[in-house]
Amino acid sequence: MSLKRVNAVVVGAGAGGGVVAKELSEAGLSVVLLERGGWPNFEAHDHDELISQRVTVLGNAFGPDDRRHRRVVSNGNGGWRVVVPSDGAYNNNAACVGSGTVSYGAMAWRFMEKDFKLRTTYRSVAGSTLEDWPITYQDLAPFYEKAEWEIGVAGETGADPFAAPRRQPYPMPPFPHNQEGLVLEKAAQELGLHPFPIPMLRNSVPYRGRPACIKCRYCVGFACEVNAKCGTHNTVIPAALATGNCQVRTESVVSEVVIDDRGRACGVRYFDAENRLQYQTADLVVVSASATETARLLLNSQSKLFPNGAGNRHDWVGRNLQGHAYTGAFGLFEEDRYDDVGAGATIAICDYNHGNPGMVGGGMLANEFIRLPYLFSGIRPPGAASWGRDHKEFQRKYFRRCVRVVGPVQEMPVFEARVEVDPVVKDDWGIPVARISGSRHPNDIEVGNFLAAKAEAWLKKAGAFQTWQTGAGRGVSGGQHQAGTCRMGNDPKTSVTNPHGQVHDIDNLFIADGSLHVTNGGFNPALTIMALGYWVSDYIKRGWKGSRFRS
Amino acid sequence: MSQDLIVGIAGANGDGVSRRTVLKLVAVVALGAAVGVGASAGITHWGRTAPPPYRFFSEAEAKLLIAICEQIIPRDDTSGATDAGVIYYIDRQISGPLARHQQSYRLGLASFRKTCLQVYKTPFEELAFEQQTDALRLIEEGNAPNDLWGDPSQKAFFDLVLDHTRQGFYGSPRHGGNRDYASYRMLGLAYPNLIGQNRYANGRPI
Ligand SMILES: Cc1cc2nc3c(=O)[nH]c(=O)nc-3n(C[C@H](O)[C@H](O)[C@H](O)COP(=O)(O)OP(=O)(O)OC[C@H]3O[C@@H](n4cnc5c(N)ncnc54)[C@H](O)[C@@H]3O)c2cc1C
Repeated sequence: MSLKRVNAVVVGAGAGGGVVAKELSEAGLSVVLLERGGWPNFEAHDHDELISQRVTVLGNAFGPDDRRHRRVVSNGNGGWRVVVPSDGAYNNNAACVGSGTVSYGAMAWRFMEKDFKLRTTYRSVAGSTLEDWPITYQDLAPFYEKAEWEIGVAGETGADPFAAPRRQPYPMPPFPHNQEGLVLEKAAQELGLHPFPIPMLRNSVPYRGRPACIKCRYCVGFACEVNAKCGTHNTVIPAALATGNCQVRTESVVSEVVIDDRGRACGVRYFDAENRLQYQTADLVVVSASATETARLLLNSQSKLFPNGAGNRHDWVGRNLQGHAYTGAFGLFEEDRYDDVGAGATIAICDYNHGNPGMVGGGMLANEFIRLPYLFSGIRPPGAASWGRDHKEFQRKYFRRCVRVVGPVQEMPVFEARVEVDPVVKDDWGIPVARISGSRHPNDIEVGNFLAAKAEAWLKKAGAFQTWQTGAGRGVSGGQHQAGTCRMGNDPKTSVTNPHGQVHDIDNLFIADGSLHVTNGGFNPALTIMALGYWVSDYIKRGWKGSRFRS
Repeated sequence: MSQDLIVGIAGANGDGVSRRTVLKLVAVVALGAAVGVGASAGITHWGRTAPPPYRFFSEAEAKLLIAICEQIIPRDDTSGATDAGVIYYIDRQISGPLARHQQSYRLGLASFRKTCLQVYKTPFEELAFEQQTDALRLIEEGNAPNDLWGDPSQKAFFDLVLDHTRQGFYGSPRHGGNRDYASYRMLGLAYPNLIGQNRYANGRPI
């Protein structure tokens, strides 16, 4: 028995899926948006550090839960380990309506022009599947703009001299710097760098019916208690619902995209909130489950023409798992620098994203979002006491006298860094789980060390009397910035979808999330994923023939 | 149903549980439920009422663990781990989301006790503060007699208690530790945190 057929079923209500649901339902398609989590709720976890999306020692505030979910990860020496979502190795983002956009820090980056052309810019890199995107910044620019205006970004137009050209200003004015930001701004200018206020998916003034930020600084890892942070859960998804064409079904875990013998997607099977297996048929299917889960779902969707999984004829599904190695430095100051005032991270530089001598790529550097007491108890300069009176004294003395500058390294895609489906381990619904393995490219470590040294120099200039660097390890990539597992491209032999997110050989199956990224920029990825949601939707709308997607 | 729970707790307790403790546990179970409701509203703290007894630890285990936690975060001008009720954090969490660590605590505390008796001929709780520091350092560095330790190793046990002590002291009070917002007061953090300011002029935030 199948449920009433709809035009489109979208899997996952996060950054990409939320946008697609709105765009298609506004265009008149009937849409079912399936999300494995529930609606987010600030009150449930408040500003509780230990159950947040930043620190997960007692669980993830916005899912998934430890009881029903697991993954298998490589231990690096040929062995495997089963992990639950509160374990960092699980590589979690989130699971609720809005997903990471509920608890994100909300930095709103457009990638730079070169980020779409790394292969052309740097040529090939040994040990990497480095490639240009099949689309350019100019292709995506109108969709970045749409994301900025519909979802809401506060920023200072023209302040970043390295940014790609833009047609429209940001819709909201930037956040002013907090104390840290002011000190770092002056130091950066003295160093000849180009600091600017970070664009944020957050209301600096009332916008589109939601209030302005109250500057409490609890953005990253937490939901916003006044709803001033802009995610898909409080912007595009409500807009989709308002059309009357979209239904969101929460607590719905999709297990398979059903593909018929002629190679067309017929719909999806999912377990509903009562754990009943349902079959939702549709004219087209869009998978937006995030880089790890999208790959898993495709691999779990086996059919006559695609026995190794949907879109996986050439073994590219799940490959090139990327994220961001985060490197930087801490500095200690003689006076208070931390003032509990949002918008948390306020200042950034893009001087080191490209053009670093002898290096491929680079990354943005910014100050830290928030200082949390338990997290800070694990942050000490080399050789400092880890317990006892001295440890406590450090905590008391430097909680507000410590500044961190940190940034995401643009990672080199590695073919062996991958998501597979585990042959043995299943989740609570009996669905084979994702298995993650591989390690970062050596270039990421080199660039990371370079960025850490630059961060340290910046802090020294700002007056830090003691500084220390934090580097990155070779370990498995992915995590909150996971991307790259279903690369878009022109050649079906070396990519999973075409440049519009349409899966090669399955005309009515699309992907719209971080999986599409060929490379992941030296920036947090959410705005790019949202822009891709608009981009993919635009293509679908143009090919929609009133009853079906053109073949 | 509460009967099962008590049997479960008693069964897990190597030192056995007296009838009196069992009666106290009945009270905790009831109280625990009430606290759960309070916790979700974000207002939990033990305040001045008598601290509850333990869900997992025996009195003897708790005494030892309290002394270890106090070494990790000692009282000085401001509250330490004991004042902040870190033991209740650990006890409550390993009876819940951190249950996977129960065995490590049971065995680790036993090895710890034996180590002090063998090396110092005195229970850890009765050593002078500075001697306790030395003893804990011995274990942190893995230099205690190894035949007294299995799984967890001395280092693994130390790391576990270190991390949980930090969580209980610095984490949200709603999980049983950080009593009276001890660490937040020490750090000058408002709790619940003050709502920030919402001021802007001429269409720009100030
Ligand atoms: C604490 C934190 C801070 C962050 N800060 C920033 C930041 O400042 N700036 C930035 O750009 N990015 C930030 N990010 C990252 C950002 O949130 C992600 O890049 C983005 O959400 C990924 O978008 P996506 O569409 O690929 O996947 P997601 O947004 O994760 O959406 C996937 C959705 O699919 C659902 N799903 C998965 N599998 C299934 C299934 N089988 N059935 C049904 N539903 C399923 C998931 O539950 C989820 O809701 C942050 C993330 C976190 C957690």
